[in-house]
Amino acid sequence: MKKEIITFSRIPKIVSYYSVVGNKEHSGPLGACFDEWCEDDKFGKDSWEKAESEMQRRALAGVIRKANLEDKDLDVILAGDLLNQCVGSTYGLADFNVPYLGLYGACSTCAEGILLSSCLYGGGIVDVCGAVTSSHYCSSERQFRFPLEYGGQRTPTAQWTTTGSGAFIIGSEGKTSVKEALVGRIVNKGVSDINNMGAAMAPAVIDTLTRYFNESQHSPKDFDLIVTGDLGYEGSEIIKDLLLGNGIDIRKNHVDCGLMVFNRDTQDVHAGGSGCGCSAVVMAGSIVPNLEAGILKNVLFIGTGALMSPMTLSQGESIPAVAHLVHLSSDLGG
Amino acid sequence: MDKKEYIEYVEARSKKSPIIQNLIRAFLIGGAICSLGQALLELYRLFIVELKDAQALVSITLIAIAILLTGIGIFDNIARVAGAGTLVPITGFANAIASCAIDTKSEGYVMGVGAKIFSISGPVILFGTFSGVIYGIFYYFITMFWG
Repeated sequence: MKKEIITFSRIPKIVSYYSVVGNKEHSGPLGACFDEWCEDDKFGKDSWEKAESEMQRRALAGVIRKANLEDKDLDVILAGDLLNQCVGSTYGLADFNVPYLGLYGACSTCAEGILLSSCLYGGGIVDVCGAVTSSHYCSSERQFRFPLEYGGQRTPTAQWTTTGSGAFIIGSEGKTSVKEALVGRIVNKGVSDINNMGAAMAPAVIDTLTRYFNESQHSPKDFDLIVTGDLGYEGSEIIKDLLLGNGIDIRKNHVDCGLMVFNRDTQDVHAGGSGCGCSAVVMAGSIVPNLEAGILKNVLFIGTGALMSPMTLSQGESIPAVAHLVHLSSDLGG
Repeated sequence: MDKKEYIEYVEARSKKSPIIQNLIRAFLIGGAICSLGQALLELYRLFIVELKDAQALVSITLIAIAILLTGIGIFDNIARVAGAGTLVPITGFANAIASCAIDTKSEGYVMGVGAKIFSISGPVILFGTFSGVIYGIFYYFITMFWG
């Protein structure tokens, strides 16, 4: 069988991580974990798009500062967001003067960034690589759904775009290793409802996890956590149910970033959080710090992206999805 | 599991909107808005002789209230609960236009507000006018022969 899981001869480490969030995320269950938050969701800017770029700028500046590096120490940054042509990243990161590669993987962008950074580092191509992602509720809502002040009702399966940006630096120094990675395949099971993205993305996660466990020596119980980002409630229930049918039981250790970032009972987010920023801030705010502290030993992080555009949606096309996997491991602990 | 089976599986398990609850809320809040309209009409009738003028002023008042509430960011919170209760009366139409105007201001007054103000209400205006024309043609011929 062809080997699909990527392993690295030069082990990439997470050198530093940083999260910036908006008000609602700060009021959520992980509020205290984030490095920076802004009460004003416009981040002092005059448009939502500029606000998103400002979050990315703050996230990258923060992660560089936290690693005691300077801008010029970065060999390349990989960044992406949900806006058309990834302008959140390009406008936000222009002033850093660092070689830049833009990514689009919708909500999988954070995992894609860590995966590609690890490949660039692991392959000996770069020594220090940045990965930044963001999403903003207001800019996404404008692009994908309705004007912000439009009075509509959401369906129970709809997800709430996270306002946040997460940044990581991948390099040689760190207590968290990227052990393995698996690039996802595009899976389209015919779901065309933008208000049920969890169901649209779930088959991609099932595909990736099934491929991973078929090839890997590991089984789900070898991991402290299997983190998806972000299927929300609906998608999470679907993957647990259908994977069990494939003989893969992740019911005990599965968590979803979309369910972690908000409190579904009190924050009116329906099926949970979504957006590139969701998994980025949960990883940078909670999962990676716990790996670094040795509280978590082995974590599978599966970034899930719904790869539609407003154009294809209005043409009635169903939603293609992708799920990229990275296996993170703590260098501490037993 | 093929596409068809998966869609059926998803639809069977996904939580549906609470229709009864939504209907009751829409009835109560929509009813309250209409009652407010009626109360305004009675009030205006004290000062305005012509019924048509008073009725027009009621619509204008409800539109003004809806736009004001949209502008200060309250309307969408009410609508989240009210659903069709705020959507169906003229308040929903006013909100659809005002929210587009607010949202697109960052793209300028011409290509932003000007071009996109009717992006939600446009279909209603187009097909409303179109069906008015069709109705008018039928009305014209029917009254010509049977009038």
